[in-house]
Amino acid sequence: MNAPVITVTRGAVGYDGRPVLRDVSLTVTAGEVVAVLGANGSGKSTLIRAVLGLVPLHAGSVALFGVPLRRFRQWQRIGYVPQRLGAGGGVPATVREVVASGRLARRGVLRPPGRADRVAVDAALTAVGLADRAGDPVATLSGGQQQRTLIARALAGEPELLVLDEPTAGVDAASQEAFAGALRGFVDGGGTVLLVAHELGPLRPLITRAVVVHHGGIAHDGAVPEPAGHHADPDHDHVHPHGPDEPAGLWSS
Amino acid sequence: MELFQYPYMQRALIGALVIGLAAPALGIYLVQRRLALIGDGVGHVALTGVGAGLLLNRSPVLVAVIVATLGAITIELVRARGRTSGDLALALLFYGGIAGGVTLVGLSDATSAKLNAYLFGSLTTISPQDLTTIVVLGVALLVTMLALRPALFAVCHDEEYARVAGLPVRALNMLIAVGTAVTVTIAMRAVGVLLISALMVVPVATAQQVTRGFRSTMAAAMALGLFAAGSGVWVAANADTAPGASVVLLAIASFLVVAVAGAGWRAVRRRRTTTGTAVVEPPEVVLS
Repeated sequence: MNAPVITVTRGAVGYDGRPVLRDVSLTVTAGEVVAVLGANGSGKSTLIRAVLGLVPLHAGSVALFGVPLRRFRQWQRIGYVPQRLGAGGGVPATVREVVASGRLARRGVLRPPGRADRVAVDAALTAVGLADRAGDPVATLSGGQQQRTLIARALAGEPELLVLDEPTAGVDAASQEAFAGALRGFVDGGGTVLLVAHELGPLRPLITRAVVVHHGGIAHDGAVPEPAGHHADPDHDHVHPHGPDEPAGLWSS
Repeated sequence: MELFQYPYMQRALIGALVIGLAAPALGIYLVQRRLALIGDGVGHVALTGVGAGLLLNRSPVLVAVIVATLGAITIELVRARGRTSGDLALALLFYGGIAGGVTLVGLSDATSAKLNAYLFGSLTTISPQDLTTIVVLGVALLVTMLALRPALFAVCHDEEYARVAGLPVRALNMLIAVGTAVTVTIAMRAVGVLLISALMVVPVATAQQVTRGFRSTMAAAMALGLFAAGSGVWVAANADTAPGASVVLLAIASFLVVAVAGAGWRAVRRRRTTTGTAVVEPPEVVLS
């Protein structure tokens, strides 16, 4: 068995006294591509936010690369792709500038960007098919292209683990394919992936294991379940109201 | 031009130029975070420092730096908590700051002209010591904001991502808070506490109408701040207007010129593109 990359032991999370996750245990080992599935509000996004330390655990523990979260400092080994680009204020930023932020974990705050940084940013932009948009303001991109910008930002840091929160929600077909291609390249290079998804789409062949979160607990852990009921209908319109299922964070306020 | 032969006018010009350059370099991070008016709040708090300084017979600018820094850190702590009551806490701090300042200035022997000098600025009464403070703090601020740009950009653009990247998010936020307090206090002598926010925010608002990236916005905003400060002092010297207000009015005038020119340019370009074949983006289709 490969070395554990993520270990959640009996983790519990609540917001304002309302439990969201109860007694959840999960282990992801190197090279795995794990999809966390579940309905809106099931706690699947909360699970990965707890793994990254963005929401505190009430009980239980999280370890990354075998190190307890509290003592974990090697953040350059992790690439995080949030659900969507934050509103980001009114100041424009180019695609390249956003992607270049991905180098900070590796480079540190004080060192100015060098040649290795530029090469990594170029490679990440090429991997997601946005090299020709590098100089454009991110605000002018489509939703799918913005999502690809975020995965490029994570890839630019050359991480060993990618954590993605609903990477394909509301993303156009071309971007979904580009996204799946970039992810495949990362997995072929030996990377580990934990992603939250509502529907897998073109990512499905990449997934090695699925974890279904239901009512704050893990209801299934194993093979990717086949779509059932009306979800299996090819014409099923996967448009769901994506209401905020958790309190607004600092950033979204 | 002969007015600028006098040392007090030279000091006014140098002070204004340093502030014109430094204020937008800090202000861009506040705009990015949608906290454009925070400088105004810190300015209100700084006035209490001025009052305390006058009352205790200490340097008002020095005491104001300390009080404004404490105020800015309090505001940052309230913001980081993300509570809904933060809005009201800020209001208490702002109005408490200005009321405290007016009361303390009143208790001291200072005249209302002295109070006005801090409310609306008094560039021509900058002493050589004041100028040294402005230049040293202004240059330190400028160097910090430019050297840490990638990290500060990351924190202001996406704070959660910055946390997962292992950046010292709390320290960087505090740096912006302290930087705001320093900017407010050095700019206080030039444009006054009531107009400080304009110099931090208006050049950024002007620049971002025509720029495409963060770096170019920062450079353009600093150039615009420098232009507004320089031309404002020149206009004030020749037309005998209040320098602080002249600087701010020129900054706002630049905003209007760029807004109108930008709208015109976009209209012309739109007409040109619509005559050719329209480029339509593929509709966003969600695959099941």
